[in-house]
Amino acid sequence: MYSEKVMDHFTNPRNVGKIENADGVGRVGNPACGDIMQISIKVDNNRITDIKFKTFGCAAAIATSSMVTEMVKGKTVEEAKQITNRAVAEALDGLPRNKLHCSNLAADALHKAINDYLSRSKQAETDRAVE
Amino acid sequence: MRRIYLDHAATTPVRSEVAEVMTRYLTANWGNPSSPHSTGQEARKGMDDARKYIANLINASPEEIIFTSGGTEADNFALKGVTYTRDKKQHFITTKIEHHAVLHCAEALEKEGHAVTYLDVDSDGLVDPDDVRRAIRKDTALVSVMLANNEVGTVEPVAEIARICREHGVLFHTDAVQAVGQIPVDVKKLGVDLLSMSAHKLYGPKGIGALYVRKGVKIAPILYGGAQERGRRPGTENVPGIAGFGKAAELAAAELNEHREKLTRLREKLIEEIFRRIEDVKLNGHRRRRLPGNVNVSIKYVEGESILLNLDLKGIAASSGSACMSGTLEPSHVLLAMGIPREVAHGSLRMTLGTSNTEDDIDYVVDVLEETVKKLRAMSPLASPGRC
Repeated sequence: MYSEKVMDHFTNPRNVGKIENADGVGRVGNPACGDIMQISIKVDNNRITDIKFKTFGCAAAIATSSMVTEMVKGKTVEEAKQITNRAVAEALDGLPRNKLHCSNLAADALHKAINDYLSRSKQAETDRAVE
Repeated sequence: MRRIYLDHAATTPVRSEVAEVMTRYLTANWGNPSSPHSTGQEARKGMDDARKYIANLINASPEEIIFTSGGTEADNFALKGVTYTRDKKQHFITTKIEHHAVLHCAEALEKEGHAVTYLDVDSDGLVDPDDVRRAIRKDTALVSVMLANNEVGTVEPVAEIARICREHGVLFHTDAVQAVGQIPVDVKKLGVDLLSMSAHKLYGPKGIGALYVRKGVKIAPILYGGAQERGRRPGTENVPGIAGFGKAAELAAAELNEHREKLTRLREKLIEEIFRRIEDVKLNGHRRRRLPGNVNVSIKYVEGESILLNLDLKGIAASSGSACMSGTLEPSHVLLAMGIPREVAHGSLRMTLGTSNTEDDIDYVVDVLEETVKKLRAMSPLASPGRC
């Protein structure tokens, strides 16, 4: 049912956890649907230097979360914004058809974390300008 | 790798005694039971013997047993067969926790213009007999309430419901697919008119089941063809399947008490150990009124499919009511009908015990489960840190 890559990321998930003092945090899904993904990022010089995830969900949800953290690490914010849910699924050698929609939200969580980072830095800029 | 099968509510392994009998009716006695010659009559003898064993298991008469292709056909036959004896629109009563073989059949009858009332259950999955009484109308043709639920194992007050139906002159059907072979099932004590069963839930083969139709109850065929099964279910009989079903029923009747006691002991151990070692767990289904082999728990903050896959990697086969298992986006309709919140239903785990399981298996399963839950909760954004 699942590819070897999915099973690999499911059984040995990379970058599990939550970054303390993260620069951006994104959370998608809800428990009633059976999937929640939370991604936190550390950004240094416009580059994502650290990323961690916490996920409640099925094997596909956990594997896509783990995969997106690997795909993003070291990339610039602009590069990371280009990553799509579909690209994550492809990097895992595909997902079962019924999982493509419900459990393939890792890129959405990443984009939310990036938007959070961007709005925080904008806020910081405004604060500096005011000072 | 060690393999432990804890999914006996899905299906059971065919016992060697059963396979042996079936082989005889696939090889030596392969005739058509409708043929008058000896080759045919040898097959008929096997079928007649099987019917006696099956009737005996539920305290019925052999002529009250109609063979079907399984539990699903038996349920469809009961509902549609009763409907089609009359030429007018009728009313049916069933519950929200029935197997889809009953629920989807009831929905199909609604599309044909009949009315159906779907009764609620309480948080343990129990149907209130008074709800049945209140729902009965002048045009009610049939009430269908399962004897024991396949997901949570709750055993329904079927005798009481059947009595209410009898008082009101309404026919009563019960889906006893999960119950037969695990708990004593006596059609006379229960007072039911129709009862569905399936061979592969009691160590028999797949593709064979039966509907008990009490003598005197009218039922119309839902398939048309030959005169088999006294004109009520056409088609050349699945003789090897029927013979295997008969053997399984014979063994089930002989070993019922021993089997029930063993499963109950293992079930209690499994429930107690889970609660002792894992926090934030909820037992789904009634604590005592439940099938001997059924354990269904919701493990909070984790999702069912993730648990199942982790267990499978350690050789343990179980089941879940999570949406991922239903093929839809919704978790189990049974758990939702019991008022269990969706997020808790997603974390449900069903383990159903059988003859091959041992106390040692339970120790291994709880060890693996504890480790799995710890790992998944460490990953879960819902679990508070530091909790197991």
